[in-house]
Amino acid sequence: MTSRRILMALAAPVSAFVFSVLISSVVLLAVGTSPIAAWAELLSFGTRLETLVETGNRATPLYLAGIAVAVGFRMNLFNIGVEGQYILGALLAASAGAAVNLPAPLHVLLILVVAMTVAATFSGLAGYLKVTRGVHEVISTIMLNAIALSMVGYLMRTWLSDPEDTSLNLKTPEIPESGRFPNLNGLVEAFTRDIKGGRELGGFLLVAVLVGILFHLFLTRTRAGYDLRITGLNPFAAEASGVDPKATVLRAMLLSGAVAGLVGMPEILGDDFKFDLSFTKGLGFAGIAVALIGRNHPAGIAVGALLFGWLDSAAPILDVRGDAPREIVSILQGVVVLTAVVAYEVVSRVRRAQEARDAATASARSDAGGTP
Amino acid sequence: MSEPTAVELTGITKRFPGVVANDDVHLRVAEGEIHAVVGENGAGKSTLMKILYGMLPPDEGTMAVGGDDVRFTSPAEAIAAGIGMVHQHFMLADNLTVLENVILGAEPRRRGTIDRAAARSSIKALGASYGLDLHPDDLVETLEVGERQRVEIIKVLYRGARVLILDEPTAVLVPQEVEELFRNLRELKAQGHTIIFIDHKLEEVLTIADTITVLRQGRTVATVDADGVTAQELAELMIGSDLPSPSVAPHVTDDHVTLSVSGVSVVGDDGREVLTDIDLTIHRGEILGIAGVEGNGQVELVEALLGLRALAAGGITLEGESIGDWPVRRRREAGIGYVPEDRHRRGLLLDAPLWENAMLGHQTSRPFARGPLIDRPGARGVTQQIVDQFDVRTPGINTTAQALSGGNQQKLLIGREMIAEPRLLVAAHPTRGIDVGAQAAVWDRLRRARADGLAVLLVSADLHELIGLADRLLVMLGGRIVADLDPATTTPRLLGSHMTGAGRPGADTTASGPPDDPPGAESSP
Repeated sequence: MTSRRILMALAAPVSAFVFSVLISSVVLLAVGTSPIAAWAELLSFGTRLETLVETGNRATPLYLAGIAVAVGFRMNLFNIGVEGQYILGALLAASAGAAVNLPAPLHVLLILVVAMTVAATFSGLAGYLKVTRGVHEVISTIMLNAIALSMVGYLMRTWLSDPEDTSLNLKTPEIPESGRFPNLNGLVEAFTRDIKGGRELGGFLLVAVLVGILFHLFLTRTRAGYDLRITGLNPFAAEASGVDPKATVLRAMLLSGAVAGLVGMPEILGDDFKFDLSFTKGLGFAGIAVALIGRNHPAGIAVGALLFGWLDSAAPILDVRGDAPREIVSILQGVVVLTAVVAYEVVSRVRRAQEARDAATASARSDAGGTP
Repeated sequence: MSEPTAVELTGITKRFPGVVANDDVHLRVAEGEIHAVVGENGAGKSTLMKILYGMLPPDEGTMAVGGDDVRFTSPAEAIAAGIGMVHQHFMLADNLTVLENVILGAEPRRRGTIDRAAARSSIKALGASYGLDLHPDDLVETLEVGERQRVEIIKVLYRGARVLILDEPTAVLVPQEVEELFRNLRELKAQGHTIIFIDHKLEEVLTIADTITVLRQGRTVATVDADGVTAQELAELMIGSDLPSPSVAPHVTDDHVTLSVSGVSVVGDDGREVLTDIDLTIHRGEILGIAGVEGNGQVELVEALLGLRALAAGGITLEGESIGDWPVRRRREAGIGYVPEDRHRRGLLLDAPLWENAMLGHQTSRPFARGPLIDRPGARGVTQQIVDQFDVRTPGINTTAQALSGGNQQKLLIGREMIAEPRLLVAAHPTRGIDVGAQAAVWDRLRRARADGLAVLLVSADLHELIGLADRLLVMLGGRIVADLDPATTTPRLLGSHMTGAGRPGADTTASGPPDDPPGAESSP
């Protein structure tokens, strides 16, 4: 019984992995690369300490974006607007952080609160439109993405850029030392060796882990999380059980936006200390893929984020060595998303059928034995 | 029997992993007879019919139609062999006409176009020869349930069926429509058609069938002549033990008012009034039955009581407190239990484990929650209690609800409402689609809870259930309460005539009559 359950739990990720390797190999063959050589290259380069540090850094914002998307997905709300929410939040938070001087923990906290508030307000707009005017959140969040990016451009040009900077690269003033997040190099190096090439493992990784744990506890241990989950499973039954559908929609959008606000923070607090035109974009959309791979489960999203982060940091070696073009990374990521979605669906059907058989057997058994 | 055999199933066995749905089933249907197949839910009736209609292949056994061995791999082959099926849930396109529905998939063609004239004349001919009264050009969405069923029957006849399978055809009909259906069936029989009739309402089976085959737990228990058997004997064959007595112990309600509804009106999504000026009172320890043809405001009444629909006028009082503008959650916390009419839509989280289903509707109160947190051990404990006390057959409380059979899902649902000890239970069709054994258990629970002072609003389409359980009966028609009856002096027939409006003076079968005639006033205007 239990061994079967473990087998079922492993079936989906393992088969997704096997199939994505197979399909990717076909793709590699098609572009004229030996898959075996490519995989060997990836493995040897991808297991270097520096690549792993890079993987952690890239996975951190992806994970936060995945959680932000998953908060909505868990109740069938599609927050496509994580993209605009985190970029706008990052800009305003970076400006606010540069404008004040506070003791270290408070300074960081202020920046986080600004980012989360801005992003939550922005996603809350979509929630408000949905509950009052019936506007579908996919439409409104896509529109709001465009608005957010335009606002970023406008604010950068007029109000928020550094007046003392005369270069063409618009940027906000730098956040002072007290508003920066420490890295984890000391911790990592205590267990391994020195990290070369001036790389740093961003400390925000720990915040991402904490957010994942809190998300899990929220969903499984709190009434509000239960209400959110059951609304996703069956909105009509949830309503009959006393869940206010409108309040739940609004709450979920606000929460999703608040987490989205954190997505840009590793870069602002731990890397650049300012918002400029080269600020990383696209994490909100990548978060959707990561949430899909992770089945909206905090642990699964971690796997998805680490996998995407690893492919981002390890696969360019193929391009460098001339094995395959760099676009192969995007293809691999797409293949992983597809195989994961298909594999989970197949396994969940098998599991449901198995459960129905178990229940029928249990019923038949008590018929034979129990009834007078 | 002297008549030649129309259909013979021999030694049919069908296994699903872990379950034997049909175990060496034998069924012999003579030509030109009405043969009823009865059994509890889960006895294997549907599986057997699906095999005969080519929807499922049997694992073992043989089938013969008109003496020839057959092996169907699809319904199309069954249709070609002259077998037709009228499904319980009609398969009609609402926005097409009767004619278009009948010919759909079997269109008569003439030079590349549909030959409507030929279709119309053959439908008219079919209707006339079997007494199936229909207008070919009516839109199906304008038809009543009984008429839709006739469309289904014509559809099957149009495809040349000689053997008709009807899957619980009376489940959706009121008594008058049932009589009409039976007239049609007798006409079909008179013209040499063979009818296989699936049902579990025994009085009906005895009225219409010539021969009855009883299935129990996938096996044929007996095939009997309808003339030589009583309903009691049939029921015992079906469940395999002596029946629990349905008699009602005399019951006295006290005069404490639990729920009072006064002057309630509700406006539907399209802006029309769906409930008009509803007044009703339920006392402590009283079951108030609501009868009515479906779609006459029962759903809206239930939703208005729960708070799922806003009131346009009037007020609701629970235990002296005005709750008309309370949200759902506050009403549920105040002690309103709810058994929804559609358990999959309103009552269950199919993909969640049983213990999370047991919390549904009670997630704010102990032992399911402690403050803002969920009390998992508490919730699981109560779930185990529900499973034990209400005989929910399941491998465990972590099984997802979708894995359970309908009856077990319903037992879980009733259990979770009863164990919370509500003051008022709003129960819509609490025994719909569950087997006789589970049904008796639900009734028993309701009676016991009533003895403990529970007030129940019971909406049901099962008139025997209403008459047997309710202390008072209200009939709804067109969003109004049109009759207040004493179950002790009511018959299903009388109820049926109130439900269709035929019992009211000066009213025809539509809902347009004067609303507030005192029930039973037989004087004509």
